[in-house]
Amino acid sequence: MALDIRLPIGLLFTALGLLLAVFGSFSDPALYRRSLGINVNLLWGLALLGFGIIMLGLARRGARAKTN
Amino acid sequence: MQLTYIDWLILAAYFVFVLGIGAALKRHTRTSADFFQAGRSLPAWVCGLAFLSANLGAQEVIGMAASGAKYGISTSHFYWIGAIPAMVFVGIFMMPFYYGSRARSVPEYLRLRFDEKTRAFNAISFAAMTVFSSGISLYALARLIQALHLFDGPFQRLGLDPSWVFHFGILLSALVVLAYIFLGGLSSAIYNEVVQFFLIVAGLLPLVWLGLQNVGGWTGLQARLDPGYVHSWAGMGSAHTNRLGVEWFGLAMGLGFVLSFGYWCTDFLVVQRAMAADSMNAARRTPIIAAFPKMLFPFVVILPGLIAVALPAPHPAEPGHPAAVSAQIPAGAGLIPAKLDATGQPLRDLDGKPVLDYDLAIPKMLLHYFPTGLLGLGLTALLASFMSGMAGNVTAFNTVWTYDIYQAYLRKEAPDAHYLWMGRMATVFGILLSVAAAYMANRFNNIMDMLQLVFAFVNAPLFATFLLGMFWKRATGHGAFAGLLGGTAAAAVHHALSLPAGAVAGIKGGWLGLVHSYPSEMAQNFWTAIYAWTVCFAVTIAVSLFTRARPQQELAGLVYSLTPPPAETGLLWYQRPALLAAAVLAATVVLNIVFW
Repeated sequence: MALDIRLPIGLLFTALGLLLAVFGSFSDPALYRRSLGINVNLLWGLALLGFGIIMLGLARRGARAKTN
Repeated sequence: MQLTYIDWLILAAYFVFVLGIGAALKRHTRTSADFFQAGRSLPAWVCGLAFLSANLGAQEVIGMAASGAKYGISTSHFYWIGAIPAMVFVGIFMMPFYYGSRARSVPEYLRLRFDEKTRAFNAISFAAMTVFSSGISLYALARLIQALHLFDGPFQRLGLDPSWVFHFGILLSALVVLAYIFLGGLSSAIYNEVVQFFLIVAGLLPLVWLGLQNVGGWTGLQARLDPGYVHSWAGMGSAHTNRLGVEWFGLAMGLGFVLSFGYWCTDFLVVQRAMAADSMNAARRTPIIAAFPKMLFPFVVILPGLIAVALPAPHPAEPGHPAAVSAQIPAGAGLIPAKLDATGQPLRDLDGKPVLDYDLAIPKMLLHYFPTGLLGLGLTALLASFMSGMAGNVTAFNTVWTYDIYQAYLRKEAPDAHYLWMGRMATVFGILLSVAAAYMANRFNNIMDMLQLVFAFVNAPLFATFLLGMFWKRATGHGAFAGLLGGTAAAAVHHALSLPAGAVAGIKGGWLGLVHSYPSEMAQNFWTAIYAWTVCFAVTIAVSLFTRARPQQELAGLVYSLTPPPAETGLLWYQRPALLAAAVLAATVVLNIVFW
């Protein structure tokens, strides 16, 4: 594999997660009337961030296994 | 509803990453094998997710939600009796020949197994079909962007007419897909498909979650809808007691056997992903790994459609719903609006019922539930789905064009660098042709319908050819070719003599007279496929028996009885294709029973 695909996936989802979670923490609660009063930006942002970090961790482990 | 800076940032992040992946892979793309086959070097899970994602184009995401809204949970038959068994079959039984023969494409396998004319027939019809389907995907994307009115604001600020949103949508997606395939070839398409797979899930899952919260879960949904919507098998005893208008035999044979096996087992668009795997075992596991998420996809793409019809229609005065959108709602069902005619009045069918625009199920759900921020992610998911579908078509096209048409008939002996160059050129003109097809779809709706119909005729019999080719060593090239022609003709004749209920003769069938009338268009399609397959199967056998068989030593590695079975010893449990296949089949049976 020329490039470990988990690295770009990890980076992209970490970035998207941060964007959504930070925006969600500072946004106007009135925004969430349509989403049943749930701050979905914050919640889903954190979920995506978690996924991104796991992917980065896997990519890092893969890179270590390769060099050893 | 307007997009704000956070939505634009999310969309921008997506574009940076897809293009970045293409650019990063450019220096690894040195030979034609790198460009067309990803160097046969990718791990099974990457190929598996790409296998799934290449099929997750517009027809799939938008179309399956539309079918969910129209037919209910029985749309899951496309997955639980259609796709899954076929994906298991191609992995376990067919991949040894595709991968083991070292053919570079599906048409090339046909040349190795049968002869030149069978390959040419398949290569040319397949190449044409990929260009038109990627064009239709582009067209659908641009229409959707236009219908959502999300980009009208920025266009007005720039002083551009809102009709330019359509052209902009087509050009932008075509250019992005062009750029990343041109740079990194199949590896770039596959890597991006994996990213796109995760994005599609990330963008649609919160929609399902919010929707289910709102209607009170699956039980709440059942309570709100007519029982026909929430059962997949009950009522399948007769074509008149279920929403699909098909009885169990037509469903199992037409969809489950002929159409699904025909698509998943012979369509180079998906098979190419498995052929890029780094070993025989990885190639066999590719479709089976893809089958696990595929099995769960009805919850991501069909449920939103069901929820959209179950919700009460929003009141026009409700905040957050632009007047232009909600004015249509009185004639619609739930969130789904009626189609409008040129004067802005709802279109009505022969019974006077409004014709609903089911394709808007997912887009309307996104606008209904997602606040700015998540809305950007939802749009990214839609864009990702359209682009992965288009890229799948374009990579399949450039490979078949270069190896099976250009190298086979136009320029046989050239240095490898020449074919690499030709692959990049084929990517450019493949995309130009797709753009042309998209505009054609915009101008002449009927021509596109007609083309799709012709392709359906060509595709329906294909699985009989592959089945006999791989499992019957006596099948000959003349037999296969005659079978394909006969099967295609049978499909056309069946279509010409039958009509779905309520349709007028013409593009819907019946153009040579009316012998049989089906309760629904779907039933007619399934039976067209069944006739085509049966005729192809019979004609191939008959003609093969009257023509000279190929010597057995030439067929080693191409036919089941002359190929040693791939070894499964010394593998961990999760590396064994047969074990994974059994697990996914068992889980699918459970799903069929739960949603009976």
